[in-house]
Amino acid sequence: MLRAESVSFGYDGGFTLTDATVDIAAGAVTGLLGPNGCGKTTLLKLLCGVLHPRNGRVMLGDRTLAAMTRREVARHVAVVPQETHPAFDYTVLEMVLMGRHPHLSAFHFEGPADYELARQALDATGTGHLANRSYMTLSGGEKQRVVIASALAQATDILLLDEPTASLDLGYQLDIASLLARLNAERRVTMVVATHDLNLAASLCERVIVMRDGRILAAGATDEVLTDQTVRRLYDVEADVQFHPRAGHLTVVPIRRRR
Amino acid sequence: MRASAQLQSRGGDLRARFVTVVLGYGALALAACTLAPLAGSTHISLVRVFDRSIPFADNVDAQIFFVARMPRVLTGAIVGATLASAGVVMQALLGNPLATPFTLGVSTGAALGAVLVITFGSSVAAGALASVPLASLAGAVVASAIVYVLATRPGRPMSTMVLLLAGVTLNAFFSALILFVQYAADFTQAYRTLRWLMGDLDVGSFAPILSALPLVLAALGIFAFLTRSLNLLSVGTETAATRGVDIGWTQRLAFFSASLATAAAVSLAGPIGFVGIVVPHLVRLMVGVDHRIVLPASALFGAAFLVACDLIARTVLAPVEVPVGVVTAMVGGPFFLWLLVRRS
Repeated sequence: MLRAESVSFGYDGGFTLTDATVDIAAGAVTGLLGPNGCGKTTLLKLLCGVLHPRNGRVMLGDRTLAAMTRREVARHVAVVPQETHPAFDYTVLEMVLMGRHPHLSAFHFEGPADYELARQALDATGTGHLANRSYMTLSGGEKQRVVIASALAQATDILLLDEPTASLDLGYQLDIASLLARLNAERRVTMVVATHDLNLAASLCERVIVMRDGRILAAGATDEVLTDQTVRRLYDVEADVQFHPRAGHLTVVPIRRRR
Repeated sequence: MRASAQLQSRGGDLRARFVTVVLGYGALALAACTLAPLAGSTHISLVRVFDRSIPFADNVDAQIFFVARMPRVLTGAIVGATLASAGVVMQALLGNPLATPFTLGVSTGAALGAVLVITFGSSVAAGALASVPLASLAGAVVASAIVYVLATRPGRPMSTMVLLLAGVTLNAFFSALILFVQYAADFTQAYRTLRWLMGDLDVGSFAPILSALPLVLAALGIFAFLTRSLNLLSVGTETAATRGVDIGWTQRLAFFSASLATAAAVSLAGPIGFVGIVVPHLVRLMVGVDHRIVLPASALFGAAFLVACDLIARTVLAPVEVPVGVVTAMVGGPFFLWLLVRRS
């Protein structure tokens, strides 16, 4: 449904992403793995049309993103950034209702249907009790759940998340992971999750795409792609990748840095 | 559905809040514009002003109310509304609650234009007095164009950081030019410049108001069109883009409408400071931060605020007048500091 066809991107001469072709499987959670600066965030920005590729094209169904307006794209693709810092003291409900923006015309106020979608999004992320709280006063984990709720209120079939757990402690990381797994199971939302957390990827993602130096190294089922060789190629780190019976998924234990 | 109805009532139905705010603040602005012309050196009665049984030619109270005092009060209302709402738009555009309509160099550009005409105008062309507003408008447009060119790069959103830096630098540079021109000016010209910089709402007749009004009304219409996009812009440009806001288009519309509206207000009454920051913040304390509410409330409250400040300026040391810019600064300065302290 969402497909990048040999896309390249770079500012001022150099390329941060070279000839990348990815096919995002509908209904699945896809992990996007790779070291810092490998082009994960650039690829996500191309997939949601915030950036336009210098070469190649991004297809949503049978249309290219470049030919669609921002509003049209935003009705199909929502994004959860790593962190969100509004300049003003919005309430949680106001933040979530902003997800309705691409569905409303300029002078239109949100109606009962929009409030109903906002309520469902708040309930789905367990933030209903925070509706009238100030977003700025929430903890990091609560903020991230509210931003996910805002993306859900956007009612899209695709959700892109850029390191959604990077600034969260272990408890919140697990909360967000189970929330995403549940949303994918219940709502069949297609997700792409860029992350440094290999264990999060192993627990959450059916498929992974691995990147290094602006290129796609491999893509496929997590069990097949996420191996100790892959970890070595990505990070120059020796690691044990094993199935963990109690966790029910692969786990990655880093052993040492290879020089 | 019941839960969602509860959510709605707890959050407050936005349309109902909008209507309440517009009616409430509208009544305040209307009251300010009706009551302010009553005060002054000659006492007049509101009953006599609106007494239809006396013909206008014989009704001295009505003449003082409408002809002598109303232009000044209306100027205050229009300038106050413009500066306050342009402040709201600038703060959202820059993602910075401490921005003002003057942050991006509009007022110093206008001041430079005004100073040049005041100092050298009489030697260049006749009618120098009348062209001070035009020169300040031109100066403001030039300043905005410079900032715009500096902050725009093809294919990318405007950088708010570059906008801020360009605005601050241009303000400093133009201020230096103003001082230089002042140094070359004689005492009368220097005094007129100083007086212009303090701001003055006494425009004399309805004609200057009518010439500034089209620009101001067009800008206010664009502001109204932008309000929900401004909410998203103030959350972050990339978040806004992924929620369906066309960033490049929205930033340009906001930048040019706010700059031109500010330019029109400054050319009408000089650079009256602090209205554009004090009013939006006071309004947010009262009605929350949603731009669909904050913007109309700020425009109406800004109108009432500046009319009230001018009333103080006219009456507190009567018959001597305090410049209205001094009054807004003396109210606004301490308030601004209090906001800074409260934020940190």
